[in-house]
Amino acid sequence: MFENLVPHLPILIIAIPLFGAFASYLFSKVSDKARDVFAFIVLGVTEFLVLVLGKDIYTNGLRVYTLGATSAELTAPTGYIMPVRIILEVDALSIFMGIITVTVAFIVFIFSLKPMKEYSGTDKYYTLMFLLLVGMLGIEFTGDLFNLFVFLEIASIAGAALVAFFTHRDESAEAAFKYVVICSLGALLVLFAVALFYGQYDALNIAYLANVMKYSLLDKIAFCVLLCAFAMKAGSAPMHMWKPDAYGEAPGPVAAILVTASLVSMYALLRVCFTLYGRGLNTEVIGWIITVLGLLSIFIGVTMALIQNNFGRLIGYTAVAEVGFILLAAGVGFAGFSSTGFGFTALQAGLFHILNDALDLGLLFLVSGAVLHATGKRNLNELSGLARNMKYTCIFFIVGLCAVAGLPPMNGFASKLMIYESVYQFNPVFSIIAILASIFMLAVFVKVFYSVFLGPELKEFSSVKEVPASMLLAMGALAVLIIVIGLCPDIFVNNVINPAARALIDYGIYRGVV
Amino acid sequence: MFGILETGYGFWSPIIWIITIIVIGIILYIIWHLGEPAYKKGTEQTKPFLAGMPEPSKEAVTVRADNVYWGFKEALKHYYGPMIKTHSGIINDYISWFVVVLAIVFVIIGGLL
Amino acid sequence: MTLESSAIFNLPFITVVLLIIIGMYALMFKRNLIKIVIGLTLIESGVNLFLIALGYRKGCYAPIYTNAPTTAMVFPTPQALTLTSIVIGLAVTALMLSFAVLIYKKYGTINAEKTRRLKG
Repeated sequence: MFENLVPHLPILIIAIPLFGAFASYLFSKVSDKARDVFAFIVLGVTEFLVLVLGKDIYTNGLRVYTLGATSAELTAPTGYIMPVRIILEVDALSIFMGIITVTVAFIVFIFSLKPMKEYSGTDKYYTLMFLLLVGMLGIEFTGDLFNLFVFLEIASIAGAALVAFFTHRDESAEAAFKYVVICSLGALLVLFAVALFYGQYDALNIAYLANVMKYSLLDKIAFCVLLCAFAMKAGSAPMHMWKPDAYGEAPGPVAAILVTASLVSMYALLRVCFTLYGRGLNTEVIGWIITVLGLLSIFIGVTMALIQNNFGRLIGYTAVAEVGFILLAAGVGFAGFSSTGFGFTALQAGLFHILNDALDLGLLFLVSGAVLHATGKRNLNELSGLARNMKYTCIFFIVGLCAVAGLPPMNGFASKLMIYESVYQFNPVFSIIAILASIFMLAVFVKVFYSVFLGPELKEFSSVKEVPASMLLAMGALAVLIIVIGLCPDIFVNNVINPAARALIDYGIYRGVV
Repeated sequence: MFGILETGYGFWSPIIWIITIIVIGIILYIIWHLGEPAYKKGTEQTKPFLAGMPEPSKEAVTVRADNVYWGFKEALKHYYGPMIKTHSGIINDYISWFVVVLAIVFVIIGGLL
Repeated sequence: MTLESSAIFNLPFITVVLLIIIGMYALMFKRNLIKIVIGLTLIESGVNLFLIALGYRKGCYAPIYTNAPTTAMVFPTPQALTLTSIVIGLAVTALMLSFAVLIYKKYGTINAEKTRRLKG
């Protein structure tokens, strides 16, 4: 039924949310209900299409879409020796990230149906959400470096506007200013690296650039700039300080989707390291740099999270630590760079942790949004005894807590165990630090659990009610995903993560399309 | 459906873990059941003993989030003091950190490779 | 001495480096939020100038098809990139300035040292 549609899916998956972004604003002029239904349909269709494309890619391999060409696979126009058109390249890793992004966006949308009704500007909220989704999907699917810059900027503009959503709070503007300065600096440096490539090779296509790369000094400069820019956008220490600011001040659902946005930067980092440069530079040294950045993030993230008293800000610091785990695994994977042995296990673990991170931290941010919706408070010092009135939220928080701290049998345990064991073969000390940090993480969330849900019931919270069903549904969906992945991790790793990791290691397939 | 996940050195199987936990739980329940049934709910037995003083209300003595890890923070105050100072909240510092990392990475990659 | 190796040929690239360094200086050491925005705009101008300077090819014509000569024309990609980047830069600058206005309304100052309630 979809044979004719499948070749066009890469662009449709980007175009449909882009259409939804502006059309939902028009629908909100009719009524709020119409807009909600429309946004639900758009996101549902996008989710469906991304799953169809995912099934196609996991069975048939990478898919290419050339914009403006007579056929989708025509990468180089007749008479040209190199690709001049914008090419979308979707391989197993891209679609893996795409499925995570759309799923989290869908769940966040369902969550924000009710709580966002209380604020003005809900119509713009949905437009910005869709634009953020478009930016993330564009970064994942594009095979063109300049296009990557454009989508990076779309995502950061939409993200910054969403961080400032609570304009009645003073700190929101401050957080949004920091976020947009950091993001646009990162994006400008990416553009600088793009210009360095264009000056040398007259091309912008990632696959073509990788084929003709001469690894000159300018390419090394470009690599440093890209590495640092994407590491900053992913939130690696010591360039992480914008992250707790932005996540702490953004509304809960926005923070949940911004976690995925920073993981998309992580994807761009992996794409640059593995596909664009591959084995050309010294993978051992670069792997060490990424690993050290990861360890710093883990350590600073958990220790600083322990002393936070703002719910969102605390989870923001743990998000820094979680990105550190991914960087650690990715660095070891890059240093190993083979399709066997501990390097490959580490890479698989890193990708698996991307999936788990998006779900776990997403769930925790949604819980923080639910607590804010029910009590109007974010300061942990003022909260107490909410488990009495918010039983389901409390259960979902426990699920998220166990998952993010890496307790069995949740998904976080499976990926962290893979990280510990593969990193141990690279360097035992790193593995020990990671395990200790994971214990710290548990301590951090036990503090949150104790101060928010346990303790005596305060009289100002005696009339607090459980959050509406749509919010519970969204949190429940994430919790179910966490438990399902936790109970059968081997199915996910063998069928979903393994092809994605192979797509990074066998970079010849990605490079071979032009 | 519950297979075994290879994790580098060893393996991980949630189903084996759950079975183990259930077995341990049953054993613990049996041991607990053999104990002395002296505990009576709602009597003096369950009240905390505070040197004969009346018990203050739960709301008054609850430990708030800031004080939960007080001892830990106090012991590590030489670490936390500089760290809090480093997280200054000034946007210029954030960018300076980025430039510092960029410089270090460039020296390593440009110099060593 | 050919044109390619002369200093005048490299002048645009020297300007690019200068613009980016001045912009970075402003971002790192200027506490005024408006000046931070100006610093970012300077970096953006530097990168745009870099792209435009890369698009120059000696002895080629600009790709304008009205009264087009029969000789070789340059490939217009850098110009297209710069145009896109300028538009994006405008949007980002507008957004940043509106946040600066919002910060001034809420805090009464645009000094980065005084607008830092989010710290620690």
